[in-house]
Amino acid sequence: MLDAEFFRRWMTATAASVDREADRLTALDSPIGDADHGSNLRRGFTAVRAALEKEDPGTPGAVLVLAGRQLISTVGGASGPLYGTLLRRTGKDLGDAAEVDETRFAEALRVGVDAVMQLGGAAPGDKTMIDALVPAVDALSAGFEAARSAAEQGAEATTPLQARKGRASYLGERSIGHQDPGATSAALLIAALIDAGADTAGE
Amino acid sequence: MKMLINVPESVVADALRGMAAAHPELTVDVENRVILRRDAPVAGKVALVSGGGSGHEPLHGGFVGPGMLSAACPGEVFTSPVPDQMLRAAAAVDSGAGVLFIVKNYTGDVLNFDMAAELAEDEGIQVAKVLVDDDVAVTDSLYTAGRRGTGATLFVEKIAGAAAEEGQPLERVEALARQVNESSRSFGVALSACTTPAKGSPTFDLPSGELELGVGIHGEPGRERRAMMTSGEIADFAVHAILDDMTPRNPVLVLVNGMGATPLLELYGFNAEVQRVLSQRGVAVARTLVGNYVTSLDMAGASVTLCQVDEELLRLWDAPVRTAGLRWGV
Repeated sequence: MLDAEFFRRWMTATAASVDREADRLTALDSPIGDADHGSNLRRGFTAVRAALEKEDPGTPGAVLVLAGRQLISTVGGASGPLYGTLLRRTGKDLGDAAEVDETRFAEALRVGVDAVMQLGGAAPGDKTMIDALVPAVDALSAGFEAARSAAEQGAEATTPLQARKGRASYLGERSIGHQDPGATSAALLIAALIDAGADTAGE
Repeated sequence: MKMLINVPESVVADALRGMAAAHPELTVDVENRVILRRDAPVAGKVALVSGGGSGHEPLHGGFVGPGMLSAACPGEVFTSPVPDQMLRAAAAVDSGAGVLFIVKNYTGDVLNFDMAAELAEDEGIQVAKVLVDDDVAVTDSLYTAGRRGTGATLFVEKIAGAAAEEGQPLERVEALARQVNESSRSFGVALSACTTPAKGSPTFDLPSGELELGVGIHGEPGRERRAMMTSGEIADFAVHAILDDMTPRNPVLVLVNGMGATPLLELYGFNAEVQRVLSQRGVAVARTLVGNYVTSLDMAGASVTLCQVDEELLRLWDAPVRTAGLRWGV
């Protein structure tokens, strides 16, 4: 079972991973965006970490709602509302439960991903974070490891695509050949589930 | 790349502190990143709030003041502001007559302003929104995020601002803002890339002998790249791109806008060519504005915006305005 502590570790692990990979995200954002994806997400997850230390939400849902709200309030751009909505809506779907199993978590994450698709109007194949998140949710029933590989493959598969959403869409064909930074950061978020889970195993 | 900054992280806050010192007629909330008319809220007056990424100065903070915006929310460089800023701005300037959000069509700006509008309505603030999408360089809006909002933002803010100053109601101010957007078209060219403080090197690679036609205000590429052209050839290309999309039946307002690193000497020369092309195409010019208004950091280049005006729009354009970046009739 996954408790509030697990979700707190997930967010902390994501923050650490975004910190580590910020330069790479920004480098990916440079040819097709405006070279700030890494620094924007780092600002957001730093705020998430600070808020979790300060507020101590007691349920899985509350952890994710708080994290989502922090991202909306600090990131800006498209990433803030999109990542914020992903976590907030996932958290809201989890409700007040003190613990959730992995199946329940997968259901809630799908609600979050659907909300992101609705908000941003993006579908799979548009070269966005959705290209990592949808395969990850599909694979989640087979475990975190399967979700991680699916997200990473989804992110890599954005390279030959032409962007249809966001600032990269203005490049048209010139967006082809670059891995999408949003799909890449979404893969980091999913990969951080393993770090959060590994800690549980060690306890 | 040398820049007149301390550290990239504090560029926006430092600029706001300097703006506050230079313009005591504004209230600059550095911590919450909101620039307000000092006399807001003005009783009975519709409030206008705009915002977007920093790096386009004087847009939007430079257009706060009597006759134009009530408040502006500057985001990080080229990153839209967050809903908290817009909510705070709306709450500070709303007199009960409602708030018009003026939003440039970029995914981040649209999403954040949408969220802010929801939050504001929850607090009992009446909010209307107008989306500015004037850039004809983006042709295929089915497979892109749609036309970008660029130079027409200035026309929308000025004309809607004048209507609000007269005490016109929210729905009328909103309708005028929409009319201005629908009557406006823009086209931009870049002679060099811009450099964001966070990255410290040019955001795209533009060889010295080439220019980018149809560039956006973040240096997003446009239609094509060509070998460098003369000012006259660029004016021909830009004005024809606009007139391919719009056939003005009325006189137009002309904005010849610098992207940040092009001197006025060149902008005035470019304006001469723009006026020549308009005259050749039989387009009457009502007013012309030349200068750096919707910039892209240190990018060299210019954009042309035309706005077809009727008598009322022209009257509102001519109405007094008193802001840091635009000032006349007072």
